[in-house]
Amino acid sequence: MNEQHTAKAFDSDLQDLSRMVAEMGGLAEKQVADSVDALAKRDSALAQRVTSADTMIDALQHEIEEKAVLTIARRQPMAVDLREIVGALRLSNDLERIGDLAKNIAKRVIALNGEFPPAKLIRGVEHMTDLVLEQLKLVLDAYARRDVTKAMAVWRGDEEIDAMCTSVFRELLTYMMEDPRNITFCIHLMFCAKNIERMGDHATNIAESVHYVIEGRPIAESRPKGDTTTIAALVAGER
Amino acid sequence: MNSVASFTVPTVTHAQKSAEGLAEKISVQSLDFFYGDNRALKNINVSLYKGHVTAFIGPSGCGKSTLLRILNRMYDLYPNQRASGQVLLDGEDILSPHQDINLLRAKVGMVFQKPTPFPMTIYENIAFGIRLYEKLPKSELDGRVQHALQRAALWNEVKDKLGANGLSLSGGQQQRLCIARTVAVRPEVILFDEPCSALDPISTAKIEELIDELKDDYTIAIVTHNMQQAARVSDFTAFMYLGELIEYGETTKIFTTPNDRRTQDYITGRFG
Repeated sequence: MNEQHTAKAFDSDLQDLSRMVAEMGGLAEKQVADSVDALAKRDSALAQRVTSADTMIDALQHEIEEKAVLTIARRQPMAVDLREIVGALRLSNDLERIGDLAKNIAKRVIALNGEFPPAKLIRGVEHMTDLVLEQLKLVLDAYARRDVTKAMAVWRGDEEIDAMCTSVFRELLTYMMEDPRNITFCIHLMFCAKNIERMGDHATNIAESVHYVIEGRPIAESRPKGDTTTIAALVAGER
Repeated sequence: MNSVASFTVPTVTHAQKSAEGLAEKISVQSLDFFYGDNRALKNINVSLYKGHVTAFIGPSGCGKSTLLRILNRMYDLYPNQRASGQVLLDGEDILSPHQDINLLRAKVGMVFQKPTPFPMTIYENIAFGIRLYEKLPKSELDGRVQHALQRAALWNEVKDKLGANGLSLSGGQQQRLCIARTVAVRPEVILFDEPCSALDPISTAKIEELIDELKDDYTIAIVTHNMQQAARVSDFTAFMYLGELIEYGETTKIFTTPNDRRTQDYITGRFG
């Protein structure tokens, strides 16, 4: 926004909201990275820290909600300003869910408690995480710069994560068939993979919100989909 | 000028209008207005649709009140003011010198910023206007007065004191009395020039409610500085700036995703 409001305090209200969302985004990114790190290293202490840090994200979300409602009540925003506030609300919701999903992974790490199956099992999930973290970083950047092109790139990029999730599913299925002792761990991993895939969906939602904030309308095209785990499950069941 | 050329009005053909369910009541075409040498309105093209409320917004001095005052030729009362172009009311040019001004003002009523009741009884405030145009027996006149006060949602508050002075009412009641007075002469168009700017929130809400009820039977134009009010009560919104019509369109569009940067800056409080 080049031009400032006549009421300067309104500008700082909007800037505060934006800043809080960015802060929340940073926290969520860290949670995701830490949770998968804890998974890779079976580090229960780190997992514990992730679960307790989730309250910080939740608190920020509450703060953003409160600030947004107050700003709407105080300023009766119109057009782009209203979209800024609605956007902040939506983003904080998605980021909070991403935080929850990271916490979920951390809880599974704690539940696994020192099981040490071969490291190769976890590689696919780690790779997925790299992709999601990249998406998350990009979309938060798109939000900070109000860059609609970047947001659209994230929106289209989710397909790859979905496809990756499908291949992880197949891979884990093979490991489980190879050795039934892998099953417990693989099932936990499968849920982690699904959680990460969900994070990707939230990154997509954020991309949609960024598009809405800037353009004032939803994205017109339909999104490419790459997740076929449900179909794969059916095929697997028939075998 | 460029902005006027680029704005998108649902003008076009009559066939299309009926398809959209819109009937044009007033059509302003290439309208210019001068206060002496000062050109206050520049090539205005806009339509008011029957059964719909059109809001005019813009910073002070942008010409929105001037435009409203042209629609019932209020400017005729002042020297050195003139309009050129066309303002068609049901297809007839009201700017024509042959236009019967009294008849026009009976058809196009106006409610002002400050309530202006006549210093007479509540009953007479309403009956006065009716008597100017019609000779009615007492019982019929009583009925018309009552009906007008009911339309203006004032009847229940004043029915036991119709003989009281109009000025004894509260500001909000006085404004509704003025609306009743306007409605009483059975106009086709009602112009509201900042009708709520001197009223408290409850009275404002009552007037807005009233506008909403009246719009089914009348064509309504409202000038307001209260953006939220424009967003609430109107179906179409015209944004004016420095005597030009910058953007005109459906209210929902204007207040959410306006096309013109100046419209956006104005409604979001960045200038004006």
